[in-house]
Amino acid sequence: MDKQKNKSNMWGVVGASASGTLIEWYDFFIFGSMASILSEKFFPHTNPSAAFLSILATFGAGFVVRPFGGIIFGRLGDMIGRKYTFMVTLLLMGVSTCLIGLVPEYETIGYLAPLLVLLLRLLQGLALGGEYGGAATYVAEHSKKGTRGFWTSWIQTSASIGMLISLAVIFITRHSMSPENFDAWGWRIPFWASIFMIYISYVIRRRMSESPAFAKAKSEGATSKNPLKESFGNRYNLKFVLLALFGPVIAQGVVWYTGHFYAMNFMENTMAVDSGQVITIMAVALLLGSPFYTLFGWLSDKIGRKLVLMAGMLLAILCFRPIYKSMYETTDLTKKTELTSKSTATAELYQTESTLDSIYTTQKFYDDGTVLKEVTTVDLGQSGASKMEEDKKIVSTTKAITVPSSAKWKLIFLVFIQIVFGTLTYSPLAAFLVELFPVRIRYTSFSVPYNVGIGIMGGLLPAVSVFLVTNARKMGDPAFYLQGLWYPIVLAAISLLITMIYITKKMTALHTE
Amino acid sequence: MNALRRIFGVIWILFAIVCAYFLSTFGVPKFTSGTREGIVFGIIILFILMPLTVAGLAVFGYYSIMGEYDENKMIEK
Repeated sequence: MDKQKNKSNMWGVVGASASGTLIEWYDFFIFGSMASILSEKFFPHTNPSAAFLSILATFGAGFVVRPFGGIIFGRLGDMIGRKYTFMVTLLLMGVSTCLIGLVPEYETIGYLAPLLVLLLRLLQGLALGGEYGGAATYVAEHSKKGTRGFWTSWIQTSASIGMLISLAVIFITRHSMSPENFDAWGWRIPFWASIFMIYISYVIRRRMSESPAFAKAKSEGATSKNPLKESFGNRYNLKFVLLALFGPVIAQGVVWYTGHFYAMNFMENTMAVDSGQVITIMAVALLLGSPFYTLFGWLSDKIGRKLVLMAGMLLAILCFRPIYKSMYETTDLTKKTELTSKSTATAELYQTESTLDSIYTTQKFYDDGTVLKEVTTVDLGQSGASKMEEDKKIVSTTKAITVPSSAKWKLIFLVFIQIVFGTLTYSPLAAFLVELFPVRIRYTSFSVPYNVGIGIMGGLLPAVSVFLVTNARKMGDPAFYLQGLWYPIVLAAISLLITMIYITKKMTALHTE
Repeated sequence: MNALRRIFGVIWILFAIVCAYFLSTFGVPKFTSGTREGIVFGIIILFILMPLTVAGLAVFGYYSIMGEYDENKMIEK
């Protein structure tokens, strides 16, 4: 009877924690997914200062602020408690997101608009930096020995589901109104929706009690007076912080980011797959991959965290290049036969406020069902005279490849495999980190390496990869598109070596309280 | 295994030096590119990522050489 009650209580704890984390991820991703429209409304490229604030919002919140969130909220969580701290992060995230949806556009209030959005985005980054460590610690401290991997893996699932929900909400909002309405005010709805979700999660979390391990430490006066000093000023703890960072955390950051974001960017930009198809491919792969979090979390309770973590790193190192080679070949038009008789070309005029544009659309069909659509917009000037021969008058050229069903499923499978690698490296991570640090400094010691490894090392993946690809292309490397993968592969290889040599069975069960 | 951990300590310190070189060659051109995006990105590479990686790896290597990761030092005394 007690066992049954404990289990039902654990579902309550997991539900309250994971739902809040999921909503925080939703809030964080919604900004990224709406980046182009936000840029248009708040950070016009024609204004250099506003564009500069946009760069700060992207880099600042994604990379720099998250570890600070870990420091600030980790310290609070170790001093006043897990429950109150992760309720603060939840509210901070919800209010910031909702307010982004309320900020008037640049055209209405000028510079104040991008400044306010930047500030709110930085607050989002701070909240996210403090959230995950708190939720994972809270769940782990409620779980019984030998079940932590399974229970904390639900928190990990929330990141993928949060991303999925953000894509779904944008998709539904966009398709439930006219493009003009969406552009005018509809884009704000996904931001406003956050406040309702946050409120529900807040009410659920408020009813929960403090974690038993922290409550016990507090009643015994065993909590830390200065968690930062104890975590990073004490050689015994610092060595574990460094080991966690250079061991499994960095690997998780780069492997997870590769499967989730690099794959999406690769399909959209390098392979030029139609963005609607990319969303579908990602959504299906995420849905299929998400159950593996709990499977591998459970497995880590049975066979140990180390083996599961190492399996994820090794598979990613060995398979990333063949996977991306196969993905690239799916839309490699040089290996397909064009059905020239089916090709179409159209031209239409489009009147903007000041000029007249001509839009040329060509469609090419291939023997396997692939369709290439190219849209070229040419500025005809005020006179309307054709300037097609002058390259500089071409305003933009977009290319979108629509793949046939078989190729779509192949891509879903290839992304799904990468998501599974991510689940292998992510599922046991929270339990591993929790067991590495004592209750008194757990929130701080957990949050800082986690946010540095994932926020900074993982967050820099797209930029470093683009740098590597660009260099390879300049040098005439025919496989230039694969060179960006060296960043996650090398980092995962270093992490694998460190995990293999330095992490011992004794270490993974240092603190089971 | 303890001996291997200590030997690898030297490798991590050497690797910290390699990272410093690689991140400089990556970050300095960005920092001096003159574009706003390049400057912000250069600052992140040179003043956030590089110190964390280089100092972190060097300290990790030093602790390894000093035997901090030996089996008998896992439990706090």
